[in-house]
Amino acid sequence: MRLSEYIYSTISSIRGPLLFVEKVFSARVGEVVRIRFPEGKEMEGEVLKIDGDTVLIQAYGETRGLDIGNSSVVFTDSVKRAPLSLDVIGRVFSGSYTPIDGAPMFVPEKWVPVTGYPINPASRARPEEFIETGFSPIDGLNTLVKGQKLPIFSSAGLPSKELAAAILKNSRLGSETGGFVVVFVAVGLTYYEYSFYTRVLEEMRTGFVAFANMADEPVVERLLAPRFGLTVAEYLAFEKGMDVLVVITDMTNYCDALREVSTAREELPGRRGYPGYMYSDLASLYERAGRIKGMAGSVTMLPVVTMPEDDITHPIPDLTGYITEGQLVLSRDLHQKGIFPPMDVLPSLSRLMQSGIGKGHTREDHRKTANLLYKYYAKGRDLRRLEAIVGRDGMAEADKLMLDFADSFENEFVNQGVVRRNIQETLDTGLNLLRRFSLE
Amino acid sequence: MMGRIKGISGPTVSVNMKGLKLYDRVYVGHAMLTGEVVRLDQDVAVIQVYENTKGLGIGEPVKSVNMPLTVRLGPGLLRGMFDGLQRPLERLREEMGPFISSGTEIYALDYLKKWSFSPLKKKGEPVTRGEIVGYVEEGPFKHFIFSNFEGRISRIMDGELSLNDTIAELEGGKEIFGCNEWPVRMPRPYSRRLSTWEPLLTGQRVIDLLFPLARGGTAIFPGGFGTGKTILEQAIAKFANTDIVVYVGCGERGNEMAEMIGEFESLKDPWTGKYLMERTVLVVNTSNMPVAAREASIYTAVTMAEYYRDMGYHVLLLADSLSRWAEALREISSSLEEMPGEEGYPTYLASRLAGFFERAGVVETLSGKIGSLTMILSVSPPGGDFTEPVTQACLRTAGAFFMLDTSLAHRRHFPAINWFQSYSLYEKVIARHFIEHVSLQWETLKERCRELLKREESLREVAEIVGSEGLQDADRLLMKVAEMIRMEFLCQNAYTEDAFSPPEKTIAKIGGMVEYYESAMAKLKQGISLEEVLKG
Repeated sequence: MRLSEYIYSTISSIRGPLLFVEKVFSARVGEVVRIRFPEGKEMEGEVLKIDGDTVLIQAYGETRGLDIGNSSVVFTDSVKRAPLSLDVIGRVFSGSYTPIDGAPMFVPEKWVPVTGYPINPASRARPEEFIETGFSPIDGLNTLVKGQKLPIFSSAGLPSKELAAAILKNSRLGSETGGFVVVFVAVGLTYYEYSFYTRVLEEMRTGFVAFANMADEPVVERLLAPRFGLTVAEYLAFEKGMDVLVVITDMTNYCDALREVSTAREELPGRRGYPGYMYSDLASLYERAGRIKGMAGSVTMLPVVTMPEDDITHPIPDLTGYITEGQLVLSRDLHQKGIFPPMDVLPSLSRLMQSGIGKGHTREDHRKTANLLYKYYAKGRDLRRLEAIVGRDGMAEADKLMLDFADSFENEFVNQGVVRRNIQETLDTGLNLLRRFSLE
Repeated sequence: MMGRIKGISGPTVSVNMKGLKLYDRVYVGHAMLTGEVVRLDQDVAVIQVYENTKGLGIGEPVKSVNMPLTVRLGPGLLRGMFDGLQRPLERLREEMGPFISSGTEIYALDYLKKWSFSPLKKKGEPVTRGEIVGYVEEGPFKHFIFSNFEGRISRIMDGELSLNDTIAELEGGKEIFGCNEWPVRMPRPYSRRLSTWEPLLTGQRVIDLLFPLARGGTAIFPGGFGTGKTILEQAIAKFANTDIVVYVGCGERGNEMAEMIGEFESLKDPWTGKYLMERTVLVVNTSNMPVAAREASIYTAVTMAEYYRDMGYHVLLLADSLSRWAEALREISSSLEEMPGEEGYPTYLASRLAGFFERAGVVETLSGKIGSLTMILSVSPPGGDFTEPVTQACLRTAGAFFMLDTSLAHRRHFPAINWFQSYSLYEKVIARHFIEHVSLQWETLKERCRELLKREESLREVAEIVGSEGLQDADRLLMKVAEMIRMEFLCQNAYTEDAFSPPEKTIAKIGGMVEYYESAMAKLKQGISLEEVLKG
């Protein structure tokens, strides 16, 4: 503990969002600083690295207008914290936690470090409570459960926001106990996309909290907004017993911001210029989802990732997929056929599905039905390649049947528009399909 | 000895301090974070900190304990769940609540618990270093206690003892306790290495038949995400015929670990009928826990595995995933500003990995028993690209390679082990064991199975051009049988009873399929049409 704040006007270098301050007497890693502009404006920043009496600071905002000599830095002796209270519900904040809905800031009940603490693996409860999203390819084949992190892998031009919005609107949790809240985090979103989401949030019956960092707002805020969102989510879930669904869109913008800051720090670049620690950094966000033994609430996460060049092996979707418990992959091919949601179930996966389905969760025949649908659809898809070479006429009757099944599966099971289907309807649709082709 | 923090960069801290030795353990800052000295430079030491460095300030004290980073070895490790620094997670939860904050030290073992000790040596008998003096019952196992010194026993206890109590005393006053410390980076000694001759049965047909693994061997299975690495690893942890399993969740998902723990507590070992947890030690360092502790976690685990090997047990070490360990190494190396090698990994990646792999093997222990340590390690190559440095470095030392194939996984063919690209160097050595103990037909049937799959592959290329209708009857029959082998023999659903297949069942199953093919072929030759043959 320092007894007073220290003010330094010894900035020696400014590079994009990074500042070097010299002759610093006392500083800690992660400490919050206030950067004072020559005209008196203030902005927050964080200590990244200390080397002797030289300190590297990352500013949380636009550094335009800073100079060497007249600007100064105030060290606060505390790490970055988020104010928390039940009054956050229904509010909209900027990426730096300033209200942007016109109402004044609430009175916080407490302040908590935004980086959070890792959940002890021994205190994690097994995620096994089914969440009904209302979409057959998710509920039936890639079931989401409470406490899971399941990203949507989309590509430019695909309706990922329509899907995320529909999930927000339609989701029902298996059991309604302490209430259901959506935490929505917009990272580098365009105004067009953002206004689409705000309309959806306003129409929702459940409570929500929104953090919005727009495309033209400071890049460094993109690193902060998801952390604020998750800190709020953890508070609502594990202190107030609520079931929280966190939607972060778009993680690609987050990773690009990470790369931008890393390059400014002159760190060694990894694949495609992204820093080598991106896996650990992403994990520090995604792993905050979960349930805790003996506590009522849960944090479920649905991040949206846009795959650059439709490439699932690009570092962003790749590292995401290694951390999250599965992925929902959208397909350009299905979208062009007019199917909504255009979900390709073959590369999609929910790793926690097994414990959330079956007797007591959904229906006893869930696993069996899902397996059969998968098996025959995969076969049909395989045969499409053959069809492209030899033509339909050259194929055996049994093969033609599989081709028809794959088409009907896409048109009737996957394609459902905006109509909500409950799990019974989903499984019945699948069963009827199997019966019609005598594949049961 | 004390010094003060001079600089902080990510997980590394530099400190003004003389008299430290490389790899000494130190306590960093007011929060007493655990660290290890990784570089000495005149009077500046660089320390790798195993906990989150956020909030650490310049000028804070650093204390040395004059000892390397160690693990505690003694009864009570089984059923335990530890983090990368061997802190017991269950007790950490009881004391700190559901979240882990930095700077808490809790001993891995319970020093107050009483164990019933039975001596195997008498007063006056001589002992050598590493010799067994007695044992305690740890679940279904005899947990042997070793002497750390050479000498003659002057006093030995019998009955209820805690880990704080002296178990025996040697002439000259040296005392033997039930619990020891051992530096994690130093392999435990043995009297000699033996060659491998016995298989480690995994219960996975594709592995046991086509790519068998030897006790004391090493295997890696690389695969992109969604290829079922974790499920396969957990299936092997459940069903392998081994005495003790040490499972390291290295930089992986917390929810999956929770699922696994739940399962292990309720499932039984198919070989002995005991609960799985009773034979298991878990080391868990999930992806959001500190990076440097992730680097240490595999060493913590292998040291505990070697400890049980020294008691003459067959130990299986499973790690998921080695890539996360390599990434931790890379992160630390880059914060030390070392010259990077391929893709930013340090140039010592391959030699570190080789050093780790070589801790596996069959040995005659110092006490004359035979024990083995087998390793099965998963690798997560970025983008599913096997040419990346970690996979390539592992291939140079691993004895078996199970390649997980993304296209098989998309077709829901699990375990998604590619049967053309995978290999096992132990195949020939342990074939004799299978022939002697399971079936005389083992090698012949294996070759038949390979051949059918190989021929299917080439036929498939033809079929893609002419369509399956355009193939001859004999070829269509082969395609049918090969499909049967793929779907019913190579595939194994991890969620049903079929998840575990003993070798007798494995060989009977493939035997049946090969026989069916041969009798059907014979009928075709007699002029019966394929449709008739398939019906009957």
